[in-house]
Amino acid sequence: MAVESMSGRETGTTLVKRGLAEMLKGGVIMDVVTPDQAKVAEDAGAVAVMALERVPADIRRDGGVARMSDPEMITGIQQAVTIPVMAKARIGHFVEAQILEALDVDYIDESEVLTPADEAHHIDKWAFTVPFVCGATNLGEALRRISEGACMIRSKGEAGTGNIVEAVRHLRSIIGDIRKITQADSAELFDWAKQLRAPLPLVREVAETGWLPVPMFCAGGISTPADAGLVMQLGAEAVFVGSGIFKSSDPAPRAKAIVEAATNYRDPHILAKVSRGLGEPMPGLEIDGLETRLADRGW
Amino acid sequence: MKVGVLALQGAFGLHEQVLNRIGVAAVQVRTPEELAGVDRLVIPGGESTAISKLLDANGLGDPLADRLADGLPVLGTCAGMILLTAEVVDGYPGQHRFGAINATVRRNGYGRQSESFLAPIDIEGWESAFPGVFIRAPVVESVGRDVEVLAELDGVPVLCRQGSTVVSSFHPELAQDDRIHRWFVEQDWSTGHRWFVEQE
Repeated sequence: MAVESMSGRETGTTLVKRGLAEMLKGGVIMDVVTPDQAKVAEDAGAVAVMALERVPADIRRDGGVARMSDPEMITGIQQAVTIPVMAKARIGHFVEAQILEALDVDYIDESEVLTPADEAHHIDKWAFTVPFVCGATNLGEALRRISEGACMIRSKGEAGTGNIVEAVRHLRSIIGDIRKITQADSAELFDWAKQLRAPLPLVREVAETGWLPVPMFCAGGISTPADAGLVMQLGAEAVFVGSGIFKSSDPAPRAKAIVEAATNYRDPHILAKVSRGLGEPMPGLEIDGLETRLADRGW
Repeated sequence: MKVGVLALQGAFGLHEQVLNRIGVAAVQVRTPEELAGVDRLVIPGGESTAISKLLDANGLGDPLADRLADGLPVLGTCAGMILLTAEVVDGYPGQHRFGAINATVRRNGYGRQSESFLAPIDIEGWESAFPGVFIRAPVVESVGRDVEVLAELDGVPVLCRQGSTVVSSFHPELAQDDRIHRWFVEQDWSTGHRWFVEQE
């Protein structure tokens, strides 16, 4: 919600909210569960941290209902670092989002990693000053989230698996459909809007510009510098790393290596250099063996 | 003339788009070789901690300091301003401070994202206000005598120049207004100049 104050200053405008996402491009956003981990992330060159109580791999292991984090824990992380701090609210849980806004987090992730609170509705994100990022597995989902006010999209992947295959599937689906839409004629755009279950004006905007109206980052399964390079070359504009850093054997050097990979993603020599001697990545999971597919959450 | 955009992290793509829109072919700078080939440089908004570390990782710290000392014209926005300024309050330990602007800035001085804002900026000698987008922006706390303040917001400098270094707290790359980029590119930095003389 845009608010006007002194000297004609307007906070919470769409430009101001999307603007922070623009500033995070080319960077790495890391999941952290303690202030110490947040410091490690900042020291490694993270552009932001996602404050949460359990990384997705542990949420998956523990089962049960996953909720917004304890405000005390989020505040502790805000005090530990100077970079932006994000936090997660459950899908549709607008009161968790109100609380996170009151805590002055810099971005809210309305996230399928937590247990959904509403089976039909996402949060009306236009009602907030704080910007939102939402996950998407395909272009229709991305445009529906943008129509609800999301200022950044992240392809979902399958969080907590250390397996990049779903992230690649989702990125290819979104970007592949964007390419097709740019080739469609004006009559075909009506059908695209129907097929995607997305508002026609947004579909037209994608057709004209060849991209989403907000930045698109990638999440879910990134655990090596090569993974970061892969999704960036496929078209992601920055990466979220959840379990991939702090579930590996030696988090600090891996975090730094993934940061350097996100910048130098087109240079295989640098990718080779930063990939050396990082120790064991997080243990990975086969998608077919999963009890719960987090990416299926959200509508 | 070749205009480079430091492309380590941040809104470098938006700066490229603005430059392309005004007919300037911008090149991305990630390596010392690429830096050596440019006549002007833009340092974009982003996270100054991350950009500073990536300058070291990519071996750009010393070459950039040398180019700045030689008078390379440079436009630094937000994080770019922080890196180019001599003194940073609430900065990150060990972060680059190239000192091309003799001033003190407070990192994130305008507050967190909830306090990020859009405000019209009156620039000396310009007919209409420039749309200033401030995102977790640095506050200029003081400037040296050799720094020319080109615009203020509520008495606080937001656009400054020293020699051929120009810095802003706000993000001209986010505005649909190319006047600052156009001026930075068209200005003849080899001669004496005052900001507003060149403006229509």
